[in-house]
Amino acid sequence: MDIVIKNLSKSYNSVKVLDKINMSLSSNKPTCLMGQSGRGKTTLFSIILGTITPDSGDILGIENKRFSAVFQEDRLCEELSAVMNIAIVQENPNKKIIYDGLMALGLLKEEIRRPVSNLSGGQRRRVAIIRAIISESDIVMMDEPFKGLDENTKIQVINYIKENIRGRLLMIITHDEKDAKLLGADIVKL
Amino acid sequence: MKPFITWAKNKLKIFCGALFWIAVWQFASMKIDKEVLLASPVSTLKALINLCGQSAFWSIIKFSIIRILIGFILALIIGVIIALLSAKIEIFRILFSPLFSVVKAVPVASFIILILLWIKSSNLSICISFLMVLPIIYTNMLQGFLQVDKKLLEMAKVFRMSYGNKILYIYVPQILPYFTAACTTALGLCWKSGVAAEIIGLPNGSIGNRLYESKLYMDTRETFAWTIVIVVISFLVEKGFLWLIAKINDKIKKGFL
Repeated sequence: MDIVIKNLSKSYNSVKVLDKINMSLSSNKPTCLMGQSGRGKTTLFSIILGTITPDSGDILGIENKRFSAVFQEDRLCEELSAVMNIAIVQENPNKKIIYDGLMALGLLKEEIRRPVSNLSGGQRRRVAIIRAIISESDIVMMDEPFKGLDENTKIQVINYIKENIRGRLLMIITHDEKDAKLLGADIVKL
Repeated sequence: MKPFITWAKNKLKIFCGALFWIAVWQFASMKIDKEVLLASPVSTLKALINLCGQSAFWSIIKFSIIRILIGFILALIIGVIIALLSAKIEIFRILFSPLFSVVKAVPVASFIILILLWIKSSNLSICISFLMVLPIIYTNMLQGFLQVDKKLLEMAKVFRMSYGNKILYIYVPQILPYFTAACTTALGLCWKSGVAAEIIGLPNGSIGNRLYESKLYMDTRETFAWTIVIVVISFLVEKGFLWLIAKINDKIKKGFL
């Protein structure tokens, strides 16, 4: 499965953030989107997800496709537990799969049951990543998913993503080329 | 054990505060020494016990509670729906915001007199409590709906979260504080306005009617006793309602575990 982006442009208050962007993303290999701050990475991310409308251009290959995502912020429901946060975005939540995922990334049983507002930044980030990976989707998008994770946890998370992506199209925004190498991903620079 | 001691200490403080004001009341009534002007706490308590023993007492309470609560619940449902529409569609906000500002500013007595021209006095308290509660629910809930985290809604859209889950897990927890605040204010007000409507409309078998009769016969002790009944019912309904909201909130949070 491929996504093809054609002549995509977007401006905010007459400042061009994306100017006739062309690229293609494949499910054969993850894609890491890199570039300096302000180059429109998150704008492109949001356009692909359908939360922002482009000024012009087309994205082919996303019709009727299901998305899951890790946003720049964790976007978790604060009062709910980690399990609940993952379960509520799924059509048929499977308690065992959710528990296994959370424990695979080092969350303890009692932490899993706590409201996420009581978890550390790194733990919350992992919950957001597992939510995106476990959810039934065709395309997985991640905007700086490793932000706030220490080196060891980052490697653990990258391995978890590689093991569980199951042939889905994966696009990750990152600032670190090492992440792309560890993921075995193609790098696209904006 | 420690939380219980703290709880007991707080309750004791409240009890002592109440006791102080009852003592002031007793002292004032002894000073005035005219029960018709200011009934003493003891004679009020006697009148209250006497009222409780009357066969009509509970049916009078039932009559008023049912009507006032119908008005309150109707206002709750309609207020939430209009607030949601106003948060989503600007034209609703433009139409309803000034209307509810006017409703809030109009004295309750004006509404009572006007509505008494159109409907039976037995249903007056439904209309009045509805009208008094509606703007409060609308204003609070509109504020709540406008404050719902847009980023969480965006996340829900991306993950194609079901409408039910969106309402239950995104809207409800964020709106609940506004809803609770609105209900706490509105419940007190609907009792005051509902009984005021009964005092003017004088429907048979209502608390308002009995309050008016006690005033007519200069039975100050009974006036005080009925006032205490209104305060107690209002307090119990408010506490019951808040308890119910807390239970629902708990259930939502625990849902999947």
